[in-house]
Amino acid sequence: MKNSRWLDYALTIIVLTILWYGASLLLGSQLLPDPLSVLGRLLHAVREEIFWEHTAVSAWRLAAALALAFMTAVPFGLVLGSNERLDRIFAPLIYLSYPIPKIVLLPIILMLFGLGDLGKIILISLIIFFQLLITTRDAVRSLDREVVYALQSLGGNRWHFYRHVVWPVALPGIFTSLRISTGTAVAVLFFVESISTSRGLGLYLIDAWGRADYTTMFVGIIALSAIGIVLYEAFDVMERRLCAWKNR
Amino acid sequence: MASSPDLLVVTGLGKTFGPGTHQKEVLRDVHFHVGYNDSLAIVGPSGCGKTTLLLMAAGLLPPTTGEIHLEGESIQGPSRKMAVVFQAYGLFPWKRVAENILLGAQFQKLHVSQEALTAIKRELDIENLDHLYPHQLSGGQRQRVALARAMLLRPSLLLLDEPFAALDLITREHLQDHLLILFKKRKFSFVIVTHNIEEAVFLGRRIVIMDPETHGIGEIIDNPNAGTTGFRTAPDYFSKNMTLRHLIEHPHEKQPLA
Ligand SMILES: Nc1ncnc2c1ncn2[C@@H]1O[C@H](COP(=O)(O)OP(=O)(O)OP(=O)(O)O)[C@@H](O)[C@H]1O
Ligand SMILES: [Mg+2]
Repeated sequence: MKNSRWLDYALTIIVLTILWYGASLLLGSQLLPDPLSVLGRLLHAVREEIFWEHTAVSAWRLAAALALAFMTAVPFGLVLGSNERLDRIFAPLIYLSYPIPKIVLLPIILMLFGLGDLGKIILISLIIFFQLLITTRDAVRSLDREVVYALQSLGGNRWHFYRHVVWPVALPGIFTSLRISTGTAVAVLFFVESISTSRGLGLYLIDAWGRADYTTMFVGIIALSAIGIVLYEAFDVMERRLCAWKNR
Repeated sequence: MASSPDLLVVTGLGKTFGPGTHQKEVLRDVHFHVGYNDSLAIVGPSGCGKTTLLLMAAGLLPPTTGEIHLEGESIQGPSRKMAVVFQAYGLFPWKRVAENILLGAQFQKLHVSQEALTAIKRELDIENLDHLYPHQLSGGQRQRVALARAMLLRPSLLLLDEPFAALDLITREHLQDHLLILFKKRKFSFVIVTHNIEEAVFLGRRIVIMDPETHGIGEIIDNPNAGTTGFRTAPDYFSKNMTLRHLIEHPHEKQPLA
């Protein structure tokens, strides 16, 4: 399982590199730098402190945004999914706000929370929030009544209900939702970092682009993608660890 | 032995679902009782309210009218003196067998000794399943784990809602035997809901037949030989099967066969 996954990644990288190499031969290395020179630049960049500073700032923003979304959306979803009255109150509100592209709130959020880390983190987590909230709520909603009766007949209380029923039932969906969200989160991160910041891989990338330094730009692209992949894989590993009962 | 001869007493029990104009009466004026180390089978057509009745007796669903008393105490919610075995979702799919078995004891902070645990696993032949998840078990194993979990709570009354309905005939009879062995050894009482006539006759010392027209009890048959060794091949077993079948097929004739 694990090994074939590494193999998949290795094969994908090899195939992409070959295609990339071919494309750069066709388009000319002015427009599309060839993978070898990008690799050379990457090996150079990782020895510079500034590259790691950009990477660390971006990784921190992403992790903080995901954590914030998780800590707000999951408890809220667990409660809504198991409390019909609250759900009835909030359902229309969520229904209406879900399709709004939260990215358009960018100016408002940056005005409210400033141009620093906080505004960026809040915007990213807001975009993930709804997806996570709805997945969590619906997982709990789909609970069979008999499960609840079984818990109560065993002497379980409300805390046991959340801890031993609601939480494990919702967890696989939460991880799936987090995994899917990483792509969106990296995209939004790139967007906000390209607009206003003094640090971050988005800036690193846009800055290189502005200087027509396409080789460095590709280093930025690879670094951002790597962060996305690492997060994605981390959620996948956690899901397989914590939701072993789902692996049929 | 308690002063009252009855463990469970159900009086005037009724249930109506739904608000206002969408009301649906499912049960009306149901009376029955269960003694100590006694067994009761409830049979009736699908949708007549058997599960509803059992859930109310278990304190899991509030009745619209009537009362339930267990050892003289009014039942207002789940009681530690009762355990329930459900048809399908009794075991939690996200917990291994070992965790599932101990869950009730864990919630109720009951100490379960290693000997007690080993003993019940041996009795029910589920000794090597600890690390498996419910979906990795056969239907019969699953219900034996559910029985073990209920037994660890040392209930005075065990309530079973069609516990063996999804099993093939041989497994079903095997589990009925398991239940009877536990019943004789551990001296609890049980109420079993079933739509299977043979099962009702084999297990219930009294058999309650639900009447969907009146939403109440149609008939109660005494069946004192239930649970005795070799009952499945005894003449009384066959005659009781005939009686029960006749009463279910002709609910409003007052003279039963046999
Ligand atoms: N929570 C509920 N809300 C509304 N109606 C309900 C509810 N629970 C049960 N009912 C209705 O009550 C009736 C009896 O249901 P119940 O599950 O008790 O039947 P049953 O005798 O156990 O049937 P089966 O043999 O199919 O399990 C059914 O008509 C059902 O639709
Ligand atoms: Mg039922």
